[in-house]
Amino acid sequence: MTNTTHPAAPLLRIEGIAKSYDGSVRVFDDLWFDVFPGEFICLIGHSGCGKTTILNILAGLEDTSAGHVLLDGHQLQGPHLDRAVVFQSHALLPWKSVLDNILFAVQGRWPAWPREKAVAHARHYLALVHLGHAEDKRPAELSGGMRQRVGIARALAIEPKILLLDEPFSALDALTRGRLQDELVSVCRQRRQTTFMITHDIDEALLLADRIVLMTSGPEARVCEIVENTLPASRTRSDVHRHPHYTPMRNHLLEFLVNRSAPLEAHAGDAARDHRRPPIVRPLPAPALQGA
Amino acid sequence: MSLHPTPSRRHRARSALLALALLAALLGVWHAIVASPADAGAGMDAEYAALMGTAAKGGSSLPTPAEVGSTIAGHLASPFQYPGTEQPGLLVHLGYSLARVAIGFSLAVAVAVPLGFVIGMSPLMHGALDPFIQVLKPVSPLAWLPLALYTIKDAQVSAIFVIFICSIWPTLVNTAFGVMRVRLEWLNVARTLQTSRWRLVRHVLLPAALPTVLAGMRISVGIAWLVIVAAEMLVGGTGIGYFIWNEWNNLQIANIITAILVIGVVGVALDGLLAQVGRRFSYAE
Repeated sequence: MTNTTHPAAPLLRIEGIAKSYDGSVRVFDDLWFDVFPGEFICLIGHSGCGKTTILNILAGLEDTSAGHVLLDGHQLQGPHLDRAVVFQSHALLPWKSVLDNILFAVQGRWPAWPREKAVAHARHYLALVHLGHAEDKRPAELSGGMRQRVGIARALAIEPKILLLDEPFSALDALTRGRLQDELVSVCRQRRQTTFMITHDIDEALLLADRIVLMTSGPEARVCEIVENTLPASRTRSDVHRHPHYTPMRNHLLEFLVNRSAPLEAHAGDAARDHRRPPIVRPLPAPALQGA
Repeated sequence: MSLHPTPSRRHRARSALLALALLAALLGVWHAIVASPADAGAGMDAEYAALMGTAAKGGSSLPTPAEVGSTIAGHLASPFQYPGTEQPGLLVHLGYSLARVAIGFSLAVAVAVPLGFVIGMSPLMHGALDPFIQVLKPVSPLAWLPLALYTIKDAQVSAIFVIFICSIWPTLVNTAFGVMRVRLEWLNVARTLQTSRWRLVRHVLLPAALPTVLAGMRISVGIAWLVIVAAEMLVGGTGIGYFIWNEWNNLQIANIITAILVIGVVGVALDGLLAQVGRRFSYAE
């Protein structure tokens, strides 16, 4: 997979979106980036730069104060079944069994399907996240990791054009998080599932993302740059740290979060910056050529 | 730590034992006071004392526990006919009361639950209807009775109306609260799945709010059972409230105590029934 060129048209275009509450200071302003079909995008930024708001806008749960988002060339208007959300807090319906939670989504997506077909479809996605044995359990009877897997299965089951994830693993312990990251990346790669994920975890972004959108801190947060992942697509959690590109990639992201994520206005010479085309960066080992 | 941790079986047994001891003590004191052959009817007109039955007994006109016991046994033996007469028995009166409560309460639920959903789902309706609810809720249900008698012109229907009006408020307020309090993330899930309004109510709002709705219904049925006794005393004819008032006029104190016990036991049963339904629809988050 090449990261530099995208022959296809972008699936999702974020064009100059901004958000302000009560019309005053903008949490973020003039954000531009694209998401291409089959791509896994991670968005990284400190708390308060409006990450969740961006995801809610993409999901159609919130409106923009300025700018717009295009999906397949059509402007987003409210929530739609072509986008599925995995919520930070899993958001399963506690009075429904695991299977019924997925069935609720499947029957909403394909109301005309007979029940047997919907159940078979739901079971298929439950098996995909290795939870076939737990279909009759209530969410309260599951561990945090299992609940989030049901959330992922529910989102995948409606076969969305784009999967939106809001820090889905942040509440999980490290071991569970790692296992779920592996499962998510394998499912998304197999299905060429276009995915947009919010995270603040550098290692998660390195493992999962093809490209990483770096946000400066708010207020008036901007896209600082877009980092292309130079690690091979075949990377896995167990071997990713041995690859020669790993250290430059990780250091670049870490350096950004620690030193360079202050509001853009703090940097000199940014007046002439074109927010429509954030710089694209390809971190490589020192002897190789830098930059894009 | 809770002051009342889940009691062990041993603790429950001891509580039951203590309750039995308290009951025995209560009956003992009762018997002692009523049956003591003190200065019977002292300072009382002899004729009045005879009328009150005190002359024949001890210092009090109240029946002894044993007399109440035999009265209860008499009603149990003849539940459909007042012992020794052709009049309707205690169970018949109880049936009338339960039927009135069932009808009034069902009508109240049929109105309060849909209306509560409307109020809970629409801030506009909430703002518009809340003043009415706030003003009408604290009105004693019996205050409606004259108005009901005057307009409906039927005592039986008026009693049912009083039950309806007193059961409506807790269910209405709880339903609206339960619907308003449904977690935003569940609503967001429904929104992202483009759930229709009907599916939202059926699959999200109703099951999410149901424990709160049922808690409101439990309060409603409790209040309805309190109010029916007073309403029947005023309306008359049939029912456990009428029974008590009638026995008061006949000065049959043992029958009044019997009826009080029956009302208490039936109240516990109604509350337990609603609690059972509530447990059936509760969920762990």
